[in-house]
Amino acid sequence: MVSPMLRNVSEQGRAQLLLGIADDELILGWRDSEWTGVAPFLEEDVAFSSIAQNEIGHARALYELAARDLGTTADELAFDRRPAEYRCAQLVELRLPGWEHTIARHCLYEAADAERLARLIASDDPEVAGLAAKIDREEAYHRMHADMWFDRLSGEPRFQAALEELRPLATAIADPELRNGHTPDLAELLEVMTEVRRSQPPGTTW
Amino acid sequence: MTATIWEVFRQERKGQAFQHAGSIEAPDERFADWYAREQYGRRGESAALWIVPRDAVHPIEDFVDELNRNYHRVDGYPLKEKLKEARERAGTSAAAPDGS
Repeated sequence: MVSPMLRNVSEQGRAQLLLGIADDELILGWRDSEWTGVAPFLEEDVAFSSIAQNEIGHARALYELAARDLGTTADELAFDRRPAEYRCAQLVELRLPGWEHTIARHCLYEAADAERLARLIASDDPEVAGLAAKIDREEAYHRMHADMWFDRLSGEPRFQAALEELRPLATAIADPELRNGHTPDLAELLEVMTEVRRSQPPGTTW
Repeated sequence: MTATIWEVFRQERKGQAFQHAGSIEAPDERFADWYAREQYGRRGESAALWIVPRDAVHPIEDFVDELNRNYHRVDGYPLKEKLKEARERAGTSAAAPDGS
């Protein structure tokens, strides 16, 4: 399943493609970071917080490339758009009820993201291919992490139920054509995420 | 979670001795591997890691030097005091290198 948007990066508007991925990474990173300090045990708290931070780092790199094409800045793209302008998939937006759902999302996202990154690495745009390869080197750790949790929880009915519940939303990660509107959870998240930035007049230097 | 404590040893550069880096808590070897990489390895700070379950470490702490046999020490033992005493008995001095 190769989406037309990803098949020919240069013709389809590179910035829009990058924004979709950047938004996924930023919003998922933000959701994952909600586990900081409250993960099931301390080592996992450190691990999952690190994964969250990696995702936000990937978002920054992608926003920077998109910002160059659009004549704006990464911060403005990340924080100053209206909720409807975000291009993220619904899977990353959801405020999930528990650890089994979080790991289910993590597994589904990493699998779809690997597929997406493989296509970007094969892109004929050297900047996109280079950035995707760089991101993929870090995502390899995320996939290892997702795989070990998948194997550990695979016998748990609650984990299986969470996987089945979220699986339909995962197809939109690798295929932007399937993205169709946002959940109410996104507006709520953006409200909190941009609160500090909005507290000062536009153009404030932080 | 039934957690095991794993001791992590870190080699900073190839060929150097491994040194104890710290410990982590993990349910099995696979988790221990990931957490050890995350905390001690993936930012170029280590050439290699050893991860050992703490239970596999046999500790020895009860050292008693019963007879004060410090000549058993592999780093040798100090001769300075003994030489001084011997020279005093012989009436010679280390400060007279011309042998007078």
